Amino acid sequence: MTESPILEIENLSKALGGKPILSGVSFSVRRGEMKVLIGPSGGGKSTLLQCLNFLHLPDAGRILLDGQAVDPRQRKSLYAYRQKVGMIFQDYNLFDHLNALDNVSLALRKVKRMPRADAEARARAELARVGLADKERLYPAELSGGQKQRVSIARALAMDPQVMLLDEPTAALDPELIGEVLTVIRELARSGMTMIMATHQMGFVRSMADEILFMQEGRVIEQGTPEMLLDVECGSRTLDFCTHLAEFESGGGE
Amino acid sequence: MIQAVEVLIQAIPYLLGGAVLTVAAVAGGMLLGLLIGLPMAVAQVYGPRPLVWLVRTYVWFFRGVPILVLLFLFYFGLFQLFDWNIGALSASTLVLGMTSGAYQSQIFRGAIQSLAKGQFRAASALGLSDAQAVVHIVLPQALRLSLPGWSNEYSILLKDSALAFVLGATEIMARTQFVATRTYQHLALSLAACGIYFILTWVGVRALRLLERRVAVPGFGNQEAR
Repeated sequence: MTESPILEIENLSKALGGKPILSGVSFSVRRGEMKVLIGPSGGGKSTLLQCLNFLHLPDAGRILLDGQAVDPRQRKSLYAYRQKVGMIFQDYNLFDHLNALDNVSLALRKVKRMPRADAEARARAELARVGLADKERLYPAELSGGQKQRVSIARALAMDPQVMLLDEPTAALDPELIGEVLTVIRELARSGMTMIMATHQMGFVRSMADEILFMQEGRVIEQGTPEMLLDVECGSRTLDFCTHLAEFESGGGE
Repeated sequence: MIQAVEVLIQAIPYLLGGAVLTVAAVAGGMLLGLLIGLPMAVAQVYGPRPLVWLVRTYVWFFRGVPILVLLFLFYFGLFQLFDWNIGALSASTLVLGMTSGAYQSQIFRGAIQSLAKGQFRAASALGLSDAQAVVHIVLPQALRLSLPGWSNEYSILLKDSALAFVLGATEIMARTQFVATRTYQHLALSLAACGIYFILTWVGVRALRLLERRVAVPGFGNQEAR
């Protein structure tokens, strides 16, 4: 494939409280690709995703979107970049004082300066896309976890992002609600959205990931397709980790 | 007894005229306190260090000095020094407002800090500037959470406003005293003053409670315990 990558991450490093969390992480993402971050907690997945949106400022390294380096110290360029890179959080972070419609339309009105009517029409379309057309008047406290996460996905999609970052979007959900969120994400992937997602939903990873990045101690220590890293005989650390994960989960159930 | 009633009936309109001035001073003070307190709270939470220190100094000063002393300091001291001739009522309103600003800033600061931090990050991630996130996400929630504290602050400021009497502002307390020294009906008139203050407190607190219900968001903030 000769197409140039949409996102390039070069040598990203970040220390928090004197402890290195990311140490020289580099990779690039092609348009329409689904990259999955796997690894033990504390391995740097969440910090990496936050750095990719400059919610944490990286100490070193560069991020290029469409070949253009982003300078987070220039507000204009930072805010423009963030509009193009959507972020989904583990705990949804919906705006508690706004109903679903306003949650999705707020940034359209305030950041993209759309008139209210246009913003709301767009927001309705996005809510319909995640299957919540009938919930637009409900406030976050009136929605289930799965519905909240779908609103937050609609909120990100309304900004027409070129890349979506998803930080364990199903980790805070009750098991029976995980499916509805993964279905939305799957649809999104099929529609060609570029995504970087931290998740431990292995069934999803096997079927959807174009590439797995296995992170540990702030580094990408393995990188490859699910076929390469999850084959029963490949002996990868990724496989080892996922096997333990599966054992833990089946052991933890009844 | 009959004399007391007669004096009261005659004095009531005059006292109520004082109540109008009291309400003006307290409303002005609350409003000024809001205009001072809200930016200070934002500065204290999100501002650079020097600004944080400035706010803290302000708050400590106005919290640490009795209002009576502040009234004298400003009205007979600073305002005179700068040849600023304003009436006793306006001066009292300013001092009440500045003092209330200190207290209100801490009400708002507490509310801001109690909000989930993730919402600010989500706003940033959508491309909102820090200022936009504060205006559209943080403050609408913090102000809702502040209403009970604000209602409390109103009831305190209302009673503090009686101190404006010492500057010669003709509010409730001053008028009560004028009539009492002329008629010697201290008990009846003091009780009347009590009644007026009580009603003003009740009406204000009630109104703020209604406002709180009106702006309530389902499942958010100060829900009544059931």
